[in-house]
Amino acid sequence: MLDRREFVGHLLTDRGELLVVTGLGTPTFDVNACGDHPLNFYIWGGMGCTAMVGLGLALARPDRRIAVITGDGDLLMGMGSLATIGAKQPRNLSIVVLDNGHYGATGMQASATATGIDLAGTATSCRFRQVRSVSQIDETVDVRKILHSGQGPIFIHAKIKANDPPRVIPSRDGQAIKQRFIEASAKHI
Amino acid sequence: MRPDASSGWPDLIYSVLKRNNVSQVGYVPDNGHARLIALCQQDNEITDVVMTTEAEGPGLVLGATLGGKRAALLMQSSGVGNSVNALTILKSCAAPCLLIVTMRGEFDDFNPWQVTMGAMTESTLKACGFLTYRVERAEDVEDIVTGGCNMAYGNNLQVAVLLAQRLIKRSKGAH
Repeated sequence: MLDRREFVGHLLTDRGELLVVTGLGTPTFDVNACGDHPLNFYIWGGMGCTAMVGLGLALARPDRRIAVITGDGDLLMGMGSLATIGAKQPRNLSIVVLDNGHYGATGMQASATATGIDLAGTATSCRFRQVRSVSQIDETVDVRKILHSGQGPIFIHAKIKANDPPRVIPSRDGQAIKQRFIEASAKHI
Repeated sequence: MRPDASSGWPDLIYSVLKRNNVSQVGYVPDNGHARLIALCQQDNEITDVVMTTEAEGPGLVLGATLGGKRAALLMQSSGVGNSVNALTILKSCAAPCLLIVTMRGEFDDFNPWQVTMGAMTESTLKACGFLTYRVERAEDVEDIVTGGCNMAYGNNLQVAVLLAQRLIKRSKGAH
């Protein structure tokens, strides 16, 4: 099992111009713990929406790579969006799900994946081009390579420990985060 | 040639979307929107996204906004109910959105199960932070959708245009 902070830290090392969208709750804190970045968009509401924000962005910016980093609870709530993404086949979109089988923000209640529901299998069924499951930190080099240079849609299913690391809270001002992201990503065209 | 408004209003909506450089259109298929969906699918400058639920729409719109593009959503009034919490992210982020809703359950609908959601559609949208404009007559479609686009894309607002069921039935004769 992976430590979530260590794993996300590896994925985002030397991230270049990667655009990152984070699912509400602990994945947002994990990404922010690597260092706040203007090419991060932190989602604070609309649970279940994160993968679709990634799709809208991927279709709008075919010139850039997009990584959605979210949790099992958020993805389960928007599981249909895996089918929507699979139908569009965006080459520049990766979904990284940090799966601890629990709802971390609400007191660590078990989620459906704790019973063996297989999100990687779901992504395969939804025609994701590359699907990788990862549970050991020494696999991260390979996974990082796929995230930064593989052809999407990519699905990375990370089995992480069910711990509750300290909250590293970024801005909650949706308009400010949006504006900062738009300006930073436009600058790099 | 300009299409006849009484039957050609979907073409008029399409032309307004084009004039406003809308480049992503998300939808859940609906008979009232069938013509407009087909026009969007045929347009290489518009990315059409068929969604499994209307609740996916606001995420798509927010993502398009982050990428510097304009997006619109097409759905039936029941889809508004499916999307409530998701719709709120647009106001939180001041993401411009044009939502075009075909109404059900309000006029001569054969299915009474549509009535409850149809009756709460407009108030639900207002509660989610949307401005709402109703269209009752075909000759008003182009003007109201144009005004809706100006409000949405010009001011980062969330705008819903509700197409009355009577308008849709009179032009299609079906649901």
